[in-house]
Amino acid sequence: MNDRIREKLNILADAAKYDVSCSSSGSNRKNNGGIGDASRSGICHTYTEDGRCVSLLKILLTNHCIFDCAFCVSRKSNDVKRAAFTVEEVVELTMNFYRRNYIEGLFLSSGIFKNADYTMERLLRIVKKLRTEEKYNGYIHLKTIPGASEALIKEAGLYADRMSINLEMPTEAGLKTVAPDKSHDQVKEPLGWIQDQTVAYKEERKLIKSVPSFVPAGQSTQIVVGATPENDWQIMDTADQFYKRFSLKRVYYSGYIPISNDTRMPSIGSPPPLLREHRLYQTDWLMRFYGFTVQEIVNEQHPFLDAEIDPKFSWALRNLHLFPVDINKAPYSLIIRVPGIGRQSAQKIVAARAFGKLHVYQLKKIGVAYNRAQYFITCADTAFELGSLQAHQIKASVLKESRSKYETAPQVQLSLF
Amino acid sequence: MKQYVFDGSWTGLLTAVFECFERRERNVRLVHTDHYQPQMFDESFIVFSEDQKASRVDRGLQKCLKQVMYRKLFCTFLSGLPECYNLLLHLMIRIFSGEEHLMDNYGDEAVLYVTQTAKSVEREKHRMKAFVRFEKTDDGMFFALVEPDFNVLPLIVDFFRNRYADQNWLIYDTKRKYGLYYDQRSVAEVTIGAVSATPHSIATIAYDTDEEQYKTLWREYFRSTNIPARRNMKLHLQHVPRRYWKYLVEKKPE
Repeated sequence: MNDRIREKLNILADAAKYDVSCSSSGSNRKNNGGIGDASRSGICHTYTEDGRCVSLLKILLTNHCIFDCAFCVSRKSNDVKRAAFTVEEVVELTMNFYRRNYIEGLFLSSGIFKNADYTMERLLRIVKKLRTEEKYNGYIHLKTIPGASEALIKEAGLYADRMSINLEMPTEAGLKTVAPDKSHDQVKEPLGWIQDQTVAYKEERKLIKSVPSFVPAGQSTQIVVGATPENDWQIMDTADQFYKRFSLKRVYYSGYIPISNDTRMPSIGSPPPLLREHRLYQTDWLMRFYGFTVQEIVNEQHPFLDAEIDPKFSWALRNLHLFPVDINKAPYSLIIRVPGIGRQSAQKIVAARAFGKLHVYQLKKIGVAYNRAQYFITCADTAFELGSLQAHQIKASVLKESRSKYETAPQVQLSLF
Repeated sequence: MKQYVFDGSWTGLLTAVFECFERRERNVRLVHTDHYQPQMFDESFIVFSEDQKASRVDRGLQKCLKQVMYRKLFCTFLSGLPECYNLLLHLMIRIFSGEEHLMDNYGDEAVLYVTQTAKSVEREKHRMKAFVRFEKTDDGMFFALVEPDFNVLPLIVDFFRNRYADQNWLIYDTKRKYGLYYDQRSVAEVTIGAVSATPHSIATIAYDTDEEQYKTLWREYFRSTNIPARRNMKLHLQHVPRRYWKYLVEKKPE
């Protein structure tokens, strides 16, 4: 171990950090006679000072790249230090970090050097060595290199737990402006291969039990937010299409952090759109776990998510005719649509009401955010009220007594004179 | 009101439930012997832990309750909070008195207490899976010190045994003064005395020659992977509270 490894690790971890995915969940790989296994729920071993989880050793194999995508730190024209790991170095780092319980596994990506197949082949060698020689059964998240051959990608799927390939920009047009060499079709093709293969293996497993697992934690992708001028509706619509078509496990939304003086994108120093990113994730959750469709939350009339309030609250205010919901009678699917009631609270409500009507104090104890929920529900001791509040009145009274964490930091630096 | 005093073990708690039924006493208060204070007007009764009585109650519980609910009770017990024992005793009595579905009633205060306490314990368990940092000693053993809020080692044994099956490891709870030692065959509970009997004692530990380098690499990786533009210390502290820092390689002051 020498200083060169330290320098390489610093360069290649720094270049890999803009890939936000760090999840280590969803795989069920067991430890069969070696070291490591996958934890179903995933484990975050630590958190960086930006509050993001560190569960995987997230590195690039190299940051040499033949492409010149404007949004990327490793683009060809960018003047940064370049480095490349050898296969052995990555394996050794992973094993030694893993054995000390620093990490949940490896997240391996790479800049494209020479050509796509050459790069993919290197990545494949690393994961193969980990699995077969080191008998390593921990989590592996492997990036699919766009343009690599079908055979290589499919073989990699036998060793990886999750594979991902980034859409980068929410629309084809947006992508073309910043990365003329890339297209969404390049992304769709490998996503499709893996998806088909996963389905095929699943079918086979119904007949033969010993079929090897194939990308057990599924696929994911990432969309950069705020680099190009798409609206929230376009972003969520793209996400929704990809969820449906490729049964993705996750779509990540990454607020663009300016890294170049390119005039096509926000300039260096402008803050990343953290609040917007947060609202997009909330919408994503509503789509995946709360039975909402994209159209209900963002559509032609409302192409942007409300910055002040969460998307579910905003949806409820537009649909006041559906409320109030009777907590003691309504089905689960309606209760989870109430602002301030999450899935866990809703489950508890449904289980608990079999024992008697629920009162306000019980809802509060169960964990309902009553300050928001109160305008949309009735329970055993709801006072009868004459008339009802208008949407803007509800919004105003909720905002009055709550304080957003995004408010505290001023978004722009004020000038002194 | 009668005070039942028990030794603080799970067996003791279950025995207490047994005694309540056998002695037909309901108006009791269960206290841990460490928290026991004789009351002027109350009688006291010492519960002697008995495996036979306890296992009958245990079987009964497992029959009455879904596994998740049983685990909630056990986790609440592991929390070791002074008030939890008495609450568990009465909850179990109610379960055996015909309120078998009681545990679904989140409107009930005791049930909610158990649910929330169990959740804290499970969260601590999850943190320990994440925050254990092994250090490699010169004879190839991986060794970690922890100081969890609750007694969660019993909950993480299986996890570490399955994952680190091909290396010797020791996880030692400095607060409760016991640890788990795995020798690639089975896990044993050890106290410091027993450990010093093995070739190395904790006070004078000799590290593997690569240990310091990997620590450095990890610290530097931790710094490199941070995005300064997104700095959010509030969130950082929420996820990695300060009390854990002293055992975390990447947060420990150098």
